[in-house]
Amino acid sequence: MSQLDLSRLQFASTSIYHFLFVPVTIGLAFLIAILHTRWYRSGNAETYRLMRFFGSLLIVNVAIGVVTGLVQEFQFGMNWSRYSRFVGDVFGAPLAMEGLAAFFLESTFLALWLFGGRLLPRRVHLATIWAVSVGTVLSAAFIIAANSWMQHPVGYAINPSNGRAELTSISDLFTNPVFVWAFAHVILASILTGCVLMLAVSAWQIRKGAEPAPFLRTIKLAVAVLLPVSILILGVGSHLGVVITTYQPMKVAGMEGQWEDCGPCSFSVFQIGGGNEDPTPTKIIEIPHLLSVLATGTWDGEVQGLNELQAQYEQEYGPGDYIPNIFVQYWSMRVMAYLGSLIPLLALWGVWLWRRQRLDTSKAFLAVATWAVLVPFAMNTAGWVLTENGRQPWIVQGLQLTADANSPSVSTASLWISLVVVYGLYAALGVVWIVLMTRFARRPLTQEPDDEDADTGPRTPVLTY
Amino acid sequence: MDLSVLWFVLIAVLWTGFVVLEGFDLGVGMLHRALGGDETGRRTALTSIAPVWDGNEVWLIVGGAAIFAAFPSWYATWFSALYLALVLLLAALILRGLGLEWGVKVREAHWRTFWSCALVGSSALVPLLIGVALGDLLVGLPIGSDEEFAGTFSDLLQPYALWLGATLLLLCLLHGAAFLRLRLVGGLRSRAERLTRALVWPAIVLVVAYSAWTATLSDGPAWARWALLVPVIAAAAAAFLAARGGDRGVFTATSVTIGSTVATLFANLYPNVMVSSTDAAYNLTVAGTSSAQYALTVMTVVAVVLLPVVLLYQGWTYYVFRARIKAPEPVDVA
Repeated sequence: MSQLDLSRLQFASTSIYHFLFVPVTIGLAFLIAILHTRWYRSGNAETYRLMRFFGSLLIVNVAIGVVTGLVQEFQFGMNWSRYSRFVGDVFGAPLAMEGLAAFFLESTFLALWLFGGRLLPRRVHLATIWAVSVGTVLSAAFIIAANSWMQHPVGYAINPSNGRAELTSISDLFTNPVFVWAFAHVILASILTGCVLMLAVSAWQIRKGAEPAPFLRTIKLAVAVLLPVSILILGVGSHLGVVITTYQPMKVAGMEGQWEDCGPCSFSVFQIGGGNEDPTPTKIIEIPHLLSVLATGTWDGEVQGLNELQAQYEQEYGPGDYIPNIFVQYWSMRVMAYLGSLIPLLALWGVWLWRRQRLDTSKAFLAVATWAVLVPFAMNTAGWVLTENGRQPWIVQGLQLTADANSPSVSTASLWISLVVVYGLYAALGVVWIVLMTRFARRPLTQEPDDEDADTGPRTPVLTY
Repeated sequence: MDLSVLWFVLIAVLWTGFVVLEGFDLGVGMLHRALGGDETGRRTALTSIAPVWDGNEVWLIVGGAAIFAAFPSWYATWFSALYLALVLLLAALILRGLGLEWGVKVREAHWRTFWSCALVGSSALVPLLIGVALGDLLVGLPIGSDEEFAGTFSDLLQPYALWLGATLLLLCLLHGAAFLRLRLVGGLRSRAERLTRALVWPAIVLVVAYSAWTATLSDGPAWARWALLVPVIAAAAAAFLAARGGDRGVFTATSVTIGSTVATLFANLYPNVMVSSTDAAYNLTVAGTSSAQYALTVMTVVAVVLLPVVLLYQGWTYYVFRARIKAPEPVDVA
């Protein structure tokens, strides 16, 4: 593999890995803030213990999210120096703002929330967890603004004297339609992830835990938030698709493997074959009009085909291959959308059982809900693969090719070394993360925080009021 | 003042803030095993930084992101030149963060021992590598007319850069000991007190050599060379106070020592941001690498509004957790 391929592999792998943890942090912080608010109002000891219980999961997860985020920030300069030089004036601003506005807030207030229970007035303690939640959402806003600029560059001008992109309007970055809809999409996906995790852990505790009863509260909270969020995200995601068709038609044509212009266009449920070398795959079950609806929001909307777009781009940008990997594009879209459609069904099932007072007794639901924990991770990953693969061969749509963005000073050998280090470390830490999350998820609710000699010595009454 | 100069100053402030704040976290990370003695002692030492270390590390993240935003070419050249060193640094930062957060989450002895040792090693590696990275800026790297690094990993390990790395490592140890002296009680505090007295002498040697060496390399204004006396005086003050002063005095002196060491490096670097050892004509400069006026204006507004707020709530955190630590903070264990 070339240095460029290795750079791409490393950035893709570390981004996907980082984003396994990010939605859990955003989603859980929000749900824990709700639990804390309930406890603040009711003073109920059980709610307090549930808040601490899920708080432990949040802490384990935030730790790995933070350290893998460091890698992301460093890699722009390390692996993509030509990109950084070209876009730093525009792209660096939201990144620096993310640090100043979000990272300081998250890290400082999470510590205050975790360690400050005894020291802070109750109301201030409650405010700290909301500050954390706001921090996580702000962080997502800045990074999605930066990413959206790569999908649809706005608010910049190319400086003719040095050939670099320079910021001309910061507000354009945050009113970019791709940003507005992608941000909503990511936040909803994150809350969905948090809900499914809370649902899965509560379901396991009700099935097998030492003290099942209190978890009825959190399973209800998870289902109640999950239902509207999982339905809303379908609408927002669908509209994001329409926005993307306007600015990145190649990405949308690629996800259907639509080679020729069409209108109205049908959507294939799945296909055998396909990909860049096989323009005539065997399509199984074609749903008429659905691609038109998804891509344009209209019943008979026209969708430009890959061949026409390729010809257009060659005319505009010169000779080259402007078609992304179609196989990846086709399937990442379907994995995301199909899994995404299952979640509202799970939520509806939960609500239906809730109304019949059987939420904690339906063995089938509890078993399915436990294993559903895998779904959001697959869905989130597929969503990012769809977004980033669909932009290729561009790193910044229409402005810079990925092939022109890597670091010329970094050798292929250096990249092999970094890949081995990163893969080795990430694989080991991934296993540890799963072990830790599982152990904390299966812990009895009543277990108090303790230290080494807690079994022999008297317990300190920690974090009680 | 020109905004690009303001941002150079601001970046120097961020990196200075990083070593002053995270410096003692790193020192505590390195010292906690030896100083703590047993498990309870180690955890007591780590409790002193548990609520603050993550917020302190953000100074590094923002310090890096600010360079990206305000001086894109500096960021691009520096980070790609240091590639393998930064891979190591990232691995160390990862192990350190998880050592602090995950290390206490399981009670098994081998788990605790593993993460505790990982914390010691990674806490030592971080200041060493950051010292090397900063030292290379001033002493120069083979950079061509295309602003790209044209050397290999061994070109990074120059005597001056390694010396700065060793200096920062030792200053972190001293600063960490001074912090523990300020934050602990009883036998642990006494041990930290003895450590500050012992560490301060090699620190003086390293700092004096750093200042003299930097003066010979300096391209900066005359006052920047004079400023190199500050870390020397601060280190001497730390030695004096370590013997007969109060805990606060010692900690203030070590803060000034480590902070001024990094601040003077930036002062003597100006007007360059990265020196080219190939040809002075290829030096990356503040004026040559800065972002355009509009981006800097936006960033300035954001920084002027947010940085005071950040300082306020981070300062408040230290106030909330001001009580001296007598026992480890109980943690959730699975």
